[in-house]
Parts: sequence; C-alpha cells; structure tokens
Amino acid sequence: MITTADMEAWLQRAADVLEENKGYLTELDAAIGDADHGVNIARGFAAVVQKLAAQPGQPLGPMFKSAGMTLMSTVGGASGMLYGNFFLKAANVAGDRQALTPAELLAVLEAGRDGIVQRGRAEPGDKTMIDAWTPAVDALKEALAAGQPLPAALCATAAAAEAGMRATIPMQARKGRASYLGERSIGHQDPGATSTYLILRALADALADEDAKQA
Amino acid sequence: MKKLINAVDAVVREQMEGMALAHPDLLRVSLEPKYIVRADAPVAGKVAVVSGGGSGHEPLHGGFVGYGMLDGACPGEIFTSPTPDQIFACGMEVNGGAGVLLIVKNYTGDVLSFETAAELLHGEGVAVRTVLVDDDVAVKDSLYTAGRRGVGGTVIVEKIAGAAVEAGYSLAQAAELAQRVSVNCRSMGMALTSCTTPSAGKPTFDLGEHEIEIGIGIHGEPGQRRIPIIDADAITTLLAEEILNDGPYTRTVRSFDPMTGDWAEVSLTSEPFRAGDRVIAFVNSMGGTPVSELYTVYRRLAMICKERNIVIVRNLIGAYITSLEMQGCSITLTRVDDEMVRLWDAPVKTPALRWGI
Repeated sequence: MITTADMEAWLQRAADVLEENKGYLTELDAAIGDADHGVNIARGFAAVVQKLAAQPGQPLGPMFKSAGMTLMSTVGGASGMLYGNFFLKAANVAGDRQALTPAELLAVLEAGRDGIVQRGRAEPGDKTMIDAWTPAVDALKEALAAGQPLPAALCATAAAAEAGMRATIPMQARKGRASYLGERSIGHQDPGATSTYLILRALADALADEDAKQA
Repeated sequence: MKKLINAVDAVVREQMEGMALAHPDLLRVSLEPKYIVRADAPVAGKVAVVSGGGSGHEPLHGGFVGYGMLDGACPGEIFTSPTPDQIFACGMEVNGGAGVLLIVKNYTGDVLSFETAAELLHGEGVAVRTVLVDDDVAVKDSLYTAGRRGVGGTVIVEKIAGAAVEAGYSLAQAAELAQRVSVNCRSMGMALTSCTTPSAGKPTFDLGEHEIEIGIGIHGEPGQRRIPIIDADAITTLLAEEILNDGPYTRTVRSFDPMTGDWAEVSLTSEPFRAGDRVIAFVNSMGGTPVSELYTVYRRLAMICKERNIVIVRNLIGAYITSLEMQGCSITLTRVDDEMVRLWDAPVKTPALRWGI
C-alpha cells in the first residue's frame, strides 16, 4: 500500500528537486515564455510542503486538496492553475483514504492528468506538460497491467515522462504564451513538460526509498 | 526607473490600502487574499458581478467597484493573473443569493484562474456564470494562438452588466446580455512609449524616439507592427479602420452551466460593423497620454464614423484601462441596441465612473 507518508515523501522530494532545478527551468522558460517557471514552481512546492507540515495526519483527499489550493494561490500564471487542478482532481479520487493500492494510485494520477487536459485544453503535440503526462500515465497503466511491482512501474512512468519531455523540442507550440511565437518555438524543450518529468521522477524515487525502508 | 512606490513587492497592497482609505463609502478591501468589494456587499437578491486581472491597468477593475457596476474585483500582481482563491473568496463574499457573474478577459492565466474559481464556487452551492471578453482586433488568428485579448471592451461590458443586475436581471439574463455586449466590442490600441513594471525596473520593450507600436495589448507586450511616427489623425484613421474593416470573427468560448456544473463550448461570431450601426465610442489613454490628446483622437474618430454612417450614440473619453505609464491610446467601438444604451445611462457610483447619482 502507498501511505500518506509516502505521498508526503513524494511532495517533499518534488519540492527539493524543483528547487535544485529552478535555474534550469527558468532558463528553458526564458527561451519561449516569460522566464519565471522555475522560480514560481519551486516557490509553490515549497509552500505545499510547509502547509502539509502544519497539518499532519490528513487523509489523502484533503492532503491533495491542500496541495492543489496552495499551488494555485502561490505559483501564479497558467502552470500554477494546471498543477493545482491536477491535485484537486486527484483529491476527488483519493477521498478519505489513508492509503492507496497501485491501481488506486494510477486512478489518482489519471484523474489529475485528465484535470490538466480539461482545464488547459491541450492535446498531445501542442508542446505542453501534457506531452509528458500522457505517455507517463499510459506507461504506468501498461506496467501495472503487465504485473510489474510498483517501484519498477514508476521507473517506467518517469522514463516515459522524460521521453515525452524530450519529444517537445521539435514541436511548435499551439497553447499558452509560447503559441504567439509560432515557428520560433521550435527547437526548445517545453518548461512545463520538464517540471512534470521532475515531479514524476520524484515520485519514482520517493516510493523506491519507502520500499527500501520497509524491506 | 522613477516611480511613486515604496517597495516593489508592496505596490499592489499599498494601492489597495489607499483605495480603502479614500473610498470607505463605496468599497471594502481584503488583503489576504486580495480583493475589493462594494461597501454594501452582499446585496440580497441581486446577482453579483465580479471581475479581476493583473494590476497595472487601473482604474480597471477595482476603480469600477460600487453601485451599478462591479460587486467585486480581484487584482493580481502587476500584469499577472489573480489566483482562484482570491476570486473564490471574493465571490463568496459578494454572493447575495442570486448568483455570481464572472467577467473574464481572454488571457490564458486569467481564463484558467476564473474557470477554477467558478468550479470552486459551484462546489459551495453558488450559481456561477462566466463571460469572456476578447475584443482586440490586433490578434487575427484564433486557431493557433490563445485568441484575441480582452482590452477596452471590458469597461463597456462591466458597466452594462452591472447596470443590468442592479435593474433585477437574473444570472442567466445578465450573462446572456454581457456576452452579447462583449461580442459587439472591437478594440485596437497603439503605444508611443513602452511601460516599466516595478519588478523589471526597465521598459518592457524599446521604442525609438520616432517609432510607434501598433496593435499593442495592455501588458507592454509587443504589438502587431512598428511604424515611423505619424500624426494624430493618421493614427486615429489607422486604428479606426482596423476596427471598422474587421471581418466576421468566430471563436469557441467555454461557458459554465450552473445547473450541471459543466462547461459547454459555444461558438460565437462577431459581425462586422455596418452603415447605420449605433455605437458607444470609447477613446482610452494607456496611462501616460493626456486627455487633450484623447480629444484630438476623438475629433478624427467622430469624422470617420460620420463618413461611414456609424452613429456614435454615447462616448467615453479618458484613462480607464491602462498599461501603467505607457503613452498611447486605444479605441473601442461597441455596437449597441436600445437596451444596452438604457443600461449604459443607468446610474453608476464607483471611484472611476460616476453619473446619474
């Protein structure tokens, strides 16, 4: 089972990784956006972790809802709304649960991803974070269906997100601020897809750690 | 950078504190989260109208809070969308039981934020509808970009929607009317100079002494094209022709259904202006242009409308939707019918617009 402690470890790890990579993310954003993604997203996840520490012992639904609301109120701009919406939709699925089976974790991630699609109306190929989310969720579904243990399945998830992130480089942006650049957006890696990869990598790493602890 | 500020990160808060001190008879201010509501909110039984957006466009939106216009306004940081928690808290405070109409300017961040807030309000049992304003004819393409930006038309939509709910329109009636006004607005702006956001500390774009930027938005973003400076009549002609010659414009708008709690996609088309149309003509300063120059623009605009048999039935001239200290202007023409004119004339009492009361 995936516990609330596991999910807290994920968010903590995501906050750390985004903080380490905020310069890199902002650099990517400077090329095709407004040069604030790294700083904004690192600030948002730091606030999420801080807020969770102040409210220990919550079930997963309220925990995700708190994360979503915090991201929306601290990140600013479209990415804060999209990641915030991911956690709000995830919260609806998680409900009062204190722990998730791997299949329930998949359902949570899938609902979150659908929330991003629904809010941002991006399709695969538009050069957005969806280009990382969609292959990642598909990879998790396949790996679990094939009977892989969770840590291996989450490694496949992160690897698919990474491949999706790299696939944004030759794409022309069709959504968000980068869309006004037209062809000039080609040749740059999407910053949102990059932060999504980092967040999913943090999930795989956090649950691999938890597994080792229990073993 | 020379500005009348104390600290970069205090600009929005200190402005709000000043408004609260200046207009206690008209409005109240919340600083955490940030929003402005009319002094007598919630007004029982009346639909509440809420808008918001980045700061730096004052008096939009906070200056339009009061009787006959907005019930609430949510300011973001300078040129940055407000967050859903602000809009949610504001909506909860102004809801008088008849629902909340959200007026949204078309920018990706604003749209996402207001859509999220609409769902949060719906989750609390508040009836919500949304209206999108996207009147900037400088953006031609709606397919491969985020679509036309919301600019001067916002002022017209907020005034008419505010008057409608004061007159007892239901949420559905007010939303239908506001969207109809929005679809009949067309705007075009230009800049003589750039503007400087406090956090950047330097001009957003460089414009030579003898250059002007045509088709700017309201965030100091570059416009459609840059040309050598021409005189006021030539600039006015250029802006007016972009508006009057603009063909039909169709876009898909997401509209919230308070019954189902779902979003419906609606296709809306703005029809071109035609001889005989009656309009509200709005000549707006981008912040740094004096009223004297706006009247010079209006003079030429009135001549052009007369030549084309476009009847200006009302006008608004001044700085109402600005881009900090940018010099330049925008023209907005809104095709109106009798109902809209009547609501335009209805009493309004806000810090920035006040008549009939």
